[in-house]
Amino acid sequence: MPKIPLDQMKFILATDVGSTTTKARFFKKTENGWRYVISGEAPTTVEKPYEDVTLGVRNAVREVEELTGHKLLAPGGKGILMPSRSNEGVDLYVTTSSAGGGLQMMVAGLIRSMTAESAERAALGAGAIVMDVIAIDDGREIYQKIERIRHLRPDMVLLAGGTDGGNLKDVVEMAEILKAAQPKPRFGISYKLPIVYAGNRDARNHIKELLGEVFALTIVDNLRPTLEEENTEPARRSIHELFMEHVMAHAPGYDKLMKWTDVPIMPTPAGEGMMMQLIAKVFNCNVLGVGLGGATTNIYSIYDGKFVRSVSANLGMSYSICNVMKEAGIENIMRWLPFEKSEDDIRNRLRNKMIRPTTIPQTLEELMIEHAVAREAIRLGFEHHKTLARPLRGARRKGTLWEGAEISDVFALEEVYGTYIKMINVKIIAGTGGLLSHAPRRVQSMLVLTDGFRPEGVTRMFQDSVFMMPHLGVLSTVHSQAAWEIFDKDCLVRLGTIIAPKGTGKPGEKVLDFKIEMPDGATIKDSINFGEMKRIELPEKVEADAFLDPTSHFDLGEGPGKVVEAKVYGGVVGIVIDARGRPLNLPEDDKERRKKLLEWFEALNAYPKEFLDKIREEWL
Amino acid sequence: MKASQSSYAYTPGLKIKRFMIVRKERKLPIPGKVLVKEGDAVSFDTVVARTFVPGDPYILKVARELGIEPEDLKFYLLKNKGDRVEEGEVIARYRTLFGLINRECRSPTTGVIEDVSTTTGRMIVRGDPKPVEVKAYISGKVTEVIPEEGVIVETRGAFVQGIFGVGGETNGEIKVLVDSSSDILEADMIDEDCKGKILIGGSLITKEALLKAIEFGARGIVVGGIKDTDLMDVVGYEIGVAITGHEEIGLTLIITEGFGKMAMSRKAFNIFKEFEGYKAAMNGATQIRAGVIRPEVVIPHTKEIAESELVELEEGIRPGTLVRIIREPYFGKIGRVINLPIELQVIETESEVRVAEVELEDGRRVIVSRANIEIIEE
Repeated sequence: MPKIPLDQMKFILATDVGSTTTKARFFKKTENGWRYVISGEAPTTVEKPYEDVTLGVRNAVREVEELTGHKLLAPGGKGILMPSRSNEGVDLYVTTSSAGGGLQMMVAGLIRSMTAESAERAALGAGAIVMDVIAIDDGREIYQKIERIRHLRPDMVLLAGGTDGGNLKDVVEMAEILKAAQPKPRFGISYKLPIVYAGNRDARNHIKELLGEVFALTIVDNLRPTLEEENTEPARRSIHELFMEHVMAHAPGYDKLMKWTDVPIMPTPAGEGMMMQLIAKVFNCNVLGVGLGGATTNIYSIYDGKFVRSVSANLGMSYSICNVMKEAGIENIMRWLPFEKSEDDIRNRLRNKMIRPTTIPQTLEELMIEHAVAREAIRLGFEHHKTLARPLRGARRKGTLWEGAEISDVFALEEVYGTYIKMINVKIIAGTGGLLSHAPRRVQSMLVLTDGFRPEGVTRMFQDSVFMMPHLGVLSTVHSQAAWEIFDKDCLVRLGTIIAPKGTGKPGEKVLDFKIEMPDGATIKDSINFGEMKRIELPEKVEADAFLDPTSHFDLGEGPGKVVEAKVYGGVVGIVIDARGRPLNLPEDDKERRKKLLEWFEALNAYPKEFLDKIREEWL
Repeated sequence: MKASQSSYAYTPGLKIKRFMIVRKERKLPIPGKVLVKEGDAVSFDTVVARTFVPGDPYILKVARELGIEPEDLKFYLLKNKGDRVEEGEVIARYRTLFGLINRECRSPTTGVIEDVSTTTGRMIVRGDPKPVEVKAYISGKVTEVIPEEGVIVETRGAFVQGIFGVGGETNGEIKVLVDSSSDILEADMIDEDCKGKILIGGSLITKEALLKAIEFGARGIVVGGIKDTDLMDVVGYEIGVAITGHEEIGLTLIITEGFGKMAMSRKAFNIFKEFEGYKAAMNGATQIRAGVIRPEVVIPHTKEIAESELVELEEGIRPGTLVRIIREPYFGKIGRVINLPIELQVIETESEVRVAEVELEDGRRVIVSRANIEIIEE
């Protein structure tokens, strides 16, 4: 815990030890509250030849020292100077980490869609990358399961299964499979692999007998005590403790780093997730978020108070860019391009980005290609997320189709078991990650987020200014006021509001009449037709009143054709009215599709006009 | 802006050395026995360390096979936990009605009974441990023994890193199939003489040539580039994440420059030419993340070396440094850095970035992002 009382703190240092870069962020208390001062970055030193993560931390912090003249490093490599005195030291040091691939877990449960899914949610919620989910009904024979487990080298295993007092035999069988496979930990060849057991409490003795000697076994409350109840908190807490005790303690240099920090090291995505939850809490609404990284895409939802995080470990913008191409299909990437290129050309370009991931787009063509990939990475990540953000399977629910529905009634099951996220009820979408932060025009990130998530109704859009959500996430665990002040003033960029009616129509058919009353008394009255987009300037921190009157096929949340009166919030982009329809379908004809893309880019002023004109001349 | 950032940029290039001391750590995945001593001379295929990993486990549903309740299993066991069993040996038997009903359960492998469960009615039989060996990979001398783990082997020789590869460790004699680093390696250049060799191409290998090299038993191929779709066709699937080395296509392939047609760096090509006929080790394993692993070729040799080859190149871009541009526009072009402006500059995308002014081989002067150039060693 912090040694200095919160109200006496003057300087705070936070770092994130990423897979490739260690990022330091320096914060200061000013007359106007806590503010972000400056960043320092350096390559992460978790691998050979350094194998000591604190070297990278020191290099990143040294950059902050050099840029500010504020001395931070204790002499002799002894950590961070504390407490602060005029122009040296800090009063709090915190860090997150995803170095060496973060926390990698294997998850096992009984039924794939019930206890195994609950276990997966618990692991993901704790900030882990789930390498595989083993379940009795996962379609693999026992020998295939064993083979798979033997090949994985997880940092930790979470075993769930059975409700309390329920099925005993199957969960013991699953433990037998684990025992037979004897997975080995990723770091260190001589220590025991941690296993968290969070299944049927009646099986605990059997589990102890089977796994107690071979593994470092921890037993916690059942994460699915009944079919109607999911209790992931004890498992999540235990995963965090074991992450520190076992995984971090064996990763190079972390034993030192753990002594430097005032609070436990947190997995990077867990920090990111905390900030997404904070947004939902402060704005009191449903929130969707994305952390679009080079290697992974994390999606967060806080919907009706329920927090779910999913991580698509191999969807990313540099290291994993070719996996987006593989998963999405090259044609789905190319559909976002307003110019013509051969498939081979795009493939080779993406491959070359993969093998030289630190390069940046220098031409607008290349920038558009990366933005196309980003849309697909978010779309796929969100698809994955929706398979986890759904009601508990197996639970009986009153008032749903489940009662009285036959188990074979596929339609009934779809209705009951599909995701509970309804886009029309999502009021905020927030994004973080290099591609979004580095987009030359903020409207480009707004468009990427829109095309990836496809918001419906009236939705505010936010993004991280410079990557610091994880830092503020771990900071919020000890100093929520400082975290919020910095987040609000220096981290959270308000992009604006998107208004997207749900429904489809014919090109040119009227979708919406709208009236926007600006705070200065001016009124904008206009309408929009199907297949069009419009952008209206409305500065950051300014609100306007919108009267939205959709035609009979279109819905903005109150039902088809019903008027919606809403507050719309400004931002660096302003208000975007998206009448392309939901579901969003691009024209099938290539020429028509390219023409529409150019129209939208132009309407939003998303890319330089001269460039769009050049494409139009060349390709239309 | 820091002074050091204004005139100096760190952009690691690939290592291409006619001479260097190559050290390779050769370690077992779990503790075992080291079979060589410090000072021993080793060859490419010398086994330097060996261990045994636990054998394959078999889970047998014994109670179900015998048609009994799990808790009754103990009454019908012929072998108990810890007992050794042979493949086909009866380990549990249920006999009733004076032998009219006779059900047996046999061990599927030779090994040890690891576990018997009266909860599930299952038994785990663990097969005999399997040996895992680590080879020297390169020829040279053992300079250090890491007890129970492995050794460090050292050699003097040429060392060429590629940008991407598939397939694991192998070795063979170097055979250059093209006249220049910009030539395409075509199928008609491959014949029976390629068997067991490491083939060197120029700017591209065609799919047909790659398939023919596999058919004729070549051990490896090093070439400037390959078309993504050709690689996908030969590997049999689309490579999603850049972690490779485990593919089994019949040989190891290293591309030195990138995807598409790209002339191999002249320095690398000249090294292969010079050491044609020498035996070399190569590994296609690539991992692009923190702790980047690039594919490599090691050619041990005892040839004369020039004094200048012993000097380590400073890893920094300065005016005068020879660089390759590694992103569009000008992708693949080679040039010399003229100027490294201190101020950020706006590039076509409208991003403000640090740039370099580069004079291309054709005399044109261009501005490129510093993130998009890499050093070429001269």
